[in-house]
Amino acid sequence: MKTHTSWNAVCTVDDLVPESGIAVWTEEGPVAVFYLPHRLPALFAISHTDPFSGANILARGITGDLKGNAVVASPLYKQHFNLKTGACLEDDSVSVKTYSVLLDGNRILLETADVQRQAVAA
Amino acid sequence: MSKKTLIVIGNGMVGHHFLEQFVASSKAADYEIIVFGEEKQLAYDRVHLSEYFSGSTHADLAMGTTGWYTGQGIELRLNEPVTALDREQRTLTTPQGEYNYDELVLATGSFPFVPPIEGREHPHCFVYRTLEDLDAIRASAHEGKSGVVVGGGLLGLEAANALTSLGLKAHVVEFAPRLMPVQLDADGGALLRHKIEELGVQVHTEKATTAIVEGENARLRMNFSDDSHLETDLIVFSAGIRPQDTLARTSGLEVGERGGIVVNDQCTTSDPHIHAIGECALWEQRIFGLVAPGYTMARTLASVLNGDNNAAFTGADMSTKLKLLGVDVGSIGDAHAQTPGARSIRFNDEQAGHYRRMVISENGKTLLGAILVGDNSHYDSLLQYALNDIPLPENPETLILPENQGGAPALGPDALPETASICSCHNVTKGDICKAIDAGCADFGSVKAETKASTGCGGCTALLKNVVDCELEKRGVEVSKDICEHFPYSRQELFHLVRVNGIRTFRSLIRQHGMGQGCDICKPAVGSILASCWNEHILATDHVPLQDTNDTFMANMQKNGTYSIVPRIPGGEITPDKLIVLGEVAKEYDLYTKITGGQRVDLFGATLSQLPEIWEKLIAAGFETGHAYGKSLRTVKSCVGNTWCRYGVQDSVGMAIRLEDRYKGLRAPHKVKMAVSGCTRECAEAQSKDFGVIATENGWNLYVCGNGGMRPRHADLFATDLSDDELIRTIDRVVMLYVRTADRLQRTSVWMENLEGGLEYLKQVVLEDSLGICAELEEHMAGIVDTYQCEWKTAVEDPEKRKRFREFVNLPEQKDPVQQWTSERGQRRPVLESA
Ligand SMILES: Cc1cc2nc3c(=O)[nH]c(=O)nc-3n(C[C@H](O)[C@H](O)[C@H](O)COP(=O)(O)OP(=O)(O)OC[C@H]3O[C@@H](n4cnc5c(N)ncnc54)[C@H](O)[C@@H]3O)c2cc1C
Ligand code: SF4
Ligand code: SF4
Ligand code: FES
Repeated sequence: MKTHTSWNAVCTVDDLVPESGIAVWTEEGPVAVFYLPHRLPALFAISHTDPFSGANILARGITGDLKGNAVVASPLYKQHFNLKTGACLEDDSVSVKTYSVLLDGNRILLETADVQRQAVAA
Repeated sequence: MSKKTLIVIGNGMVGHHFLEQFVASSKAADYEIIVFGEEKQLAYDRVHLSEYFSGSTHADLAMGTTGWYTGQGIELRLNEPVTALDREQRTLTTPQGEYNYDELVLATGSFPFVPPIEGREHPHCFVYRTLEDLDAIRASAHEGKSGVVVGGGLLGLEAANALTSLGLKAHVVEFAPRLMPVQLDADGGALLRHKIEELGVQVHTEKATTAIVEGENARLRMNFSDDSHLETDLIVFSAGIRPQDTLARTSGLEVGERGGIVVNDQCTTSDPHIHAIGECALWEQRIFGLVAPGYTMARTLASVLNGDNNAAFTGADMSTKLKLLGVDVGSIGDAHAQTPGARSIRFNDEQAGHYRRMVISENGKTLLGAILVGDNSHYDSLLQYALNDIPLPENPETLILPENQGGAPALGPDALPETASICSCHNVTKGDICKAIDAGCADFGSVKAETKASTGCGGCTALLKNVVDCELEKRGVEVSKDICEHFPYSRQELFHLVRVNGIRTFRSLIRQHGMGQGCDICKPAVGSILASCWNEHILATDHVPLQDTNDTFMANMQKNGTYSIVPRIPGGEITPDKLIVLGEVAKEYDLYTKITGGQRVDLFGATLSQLPEIWEKLIAAGFETGHAYGKSLRTVKSCVGNTWCRYGVQDSVGMAIRLEDRYKGLRAPHKVKMAVSGCTRECAEAQSKDFGVIATENGWNLYVCGNGGMRPRHADLFATDLSDDELIRTIDRVVMLYVRTADRLQRTSVWMENLEGGLEYLKQVVLEDSLGICAELEEHMAGIVDTYQCEWKTAVEDPEKRKRFREFVNLPEQKDPVQQWTSERGQRRPVLESA
């Protein structure tokens, strides 16, 4: 089944913190949006939930790059997640969900599954 | 003999570099030196201009300081353009007056070419060259939504990146059929285009703009020759640069057909008293639009003016390696295979998005050029082959094949000849580096300081680091521990760099001395160093991203993502009223409450958004932050001392409060704990602390470098019978020395054990001032004590900072669903199913 998705405005540019993350609430749950102005794309979005602790904290980790890839370090147990692919650098078997994110004028748009339409289709 | 006058026109990168070189030479004393700069600011690093959009200031980008100019006796006249030149009289004119010269250096750089398109004077049309240009673009972008860059070359793509970082939808309009036509071939250009479009920048090739008119849906509309059009809110022209040769033209100096001041190998123009260097100079019909060749010209001219008849500029390598919009691009030497007989080998992995092309000589022996898109990991090796004519291996294609397909490993530093150029900005060879090491440079930093390698564009940092490490290892020198992949330095070396160079932001430190963007190792370490040095608020925008989550939110994160709060209770002394406030606040927010080992109260279970509210209440009741989250002073534990205890000989509580108030907030390599006992019975367990103070009949005994925790260590007796002030002075010195010289996350105990000479050495430095640094250490500490602020107070009063404490920025009322609670022994505690 093809998942329906839609683009939703989740916040504005002013909500972002350069070189850091913020969390937004979506129909799919909490998502972490990172703004790394030195890279392009400068915006990244991954699940806010840390798979190791189950806590919603990834937006509060330290960002940076390892071997050129943008990463965030979990603030609890310090594993690194690739911001583009969601892969955990320390554990091949673990990854977090990634989302497409776009800048539209002043708004940040996030692509998330359309939960309601999916329910109807199912 | 009266002095001659040397005038430099243009205070850009090359003009500044020339002065640095020239004042160091012996003939410099013969001249009065005057510099004219048209821009308002002192010379700055134009190569990193775009960082101005991501928080760097002019001070971060500046090449030097006005103090340096004054110190060298150079008269610096900024914001004063030279408007006319009279070669016969040897005078020049500015709006402020007329000046005589004996020798004149033109370092006027270049200006952006704006194609003669109707409507290009529109106020929302810009160029991308100076800080002022960027200020104007920023202002225009503020209200806009989209931006177009005219020109798909190197600078154009950089400008497009800048526009996206300003929040605009960016377009690139290029006249040629592909991007970066100078550096790339058709396949490389196509891949680059594909990658850039994937990133949301729209590329329009083979478009010639005919007119810029008012737009319908945006501010402007660009009409193209093929009758198509594009609407946009602003336009940045980046269609190439032209040498700034106006003064040369109007005064009859020889200039090139297409511009540029003609110079010979000595960088002298057709007038023997006038010289030209940098982007304004035309050498053998060529203009060099990069900084490295400009620096080489500057060095050549400085030698020439110093009487060195052999100094000559012999051309420069124009190879480039960059990350454009996050995409690696490299172009080396004869990238387009124009050498007769040249042949190419291509590797194209469309799946991975990697394109590599080698151009090799007719006999297959040497590498003439190369193109790389998508992955620059082969660049350094290929460049060395090309620059040093290193014979190619039998199957040269292995140089560009991925390693798992038989690719050769990168050229190790050992394989490079002595003549290999490591840093082209400063013309440093591998031989120069070996010489510096043999002359006593024993680490990366001193080689860098000695040879100046990697202080230009910085592109050679990784290679230089490899060569230095390899050579040091060969000589049996232990290579110092780098803090992480982003900095070839230890914490102590970084501290020194920050302090000596007055660096105030992470960006400028990594730009000048590191590589990449940083990580969770170096960012907090540098954040702590910056705080120890300058004591600015840890939530200042530049510092936020450096901190661990605990430092960022000024509370300690617990396993379910909530925080615990520890207000400061100096010396463990608390009034009943304040104790009641703690209880009331804990009750109101249902916080789990526990007494800590450091004689304080820890309140658990606050959500991110509750933190500022809770602190507002605590601050109103007179509490301050306890820095339980920071690598800084935690508590000064005390016993009740002679005020109550029958054995007490001094007021231990009073001293504990004094110490805690003095050192609170100081950022250190690791946490620091202290305690004060009122007599030798030692009820405060001072000997298990970093700094333990025990009262004597005559004053205080000081113990240092103890700790509890995983590897407990008793503190060592350091000094006896100190007066109150002596005690404080001694602790000031030891703490500051620790802050300055310890490694990241090194407690005082390990630090002291690793000091050569250990405790005795520490005593000599601190008690006898054997290094003569005690006054400086005390002064540094005094500065930090004076600038103390309660971080929480500053944060709750600042709406911008409070914004950070939103759990979900789009839904303030949304509760975090994983935070579930149950009750135990009459208090709330988390239930959390681990994933
Ligand atoms: C965005 C950007 C990115 C770049 N990236 C790179 C890169 O990655 N690598 C690289 O090697 N190069 C790069 N460059 C090019 C590099 O910046 C230049 O090669 C270098 O700045 C040239 O130095 P210069 O001193 O010759 O000229 P400039 O730095 O332009 O300095 C000339 C100065 O002279 C002043 N002046 C001109 N006329 C007068 C007058 N009549 N009176 C008084 N003052 C006058 C000008 O105002 C200017 O301040 C980049 C340039 C830009 C704009
Ligand atoms: S250390 Fe001495 S002064 Fe302090 S409580 Fe114990 S016995 Fe009393
Ligand atoms: S001893 Fe272990 S469980 Fe207890 S607070 Fe310290 S780290 Fe946590
Ligand atoms: S090559 Fe530019 S600093 Fe070394």
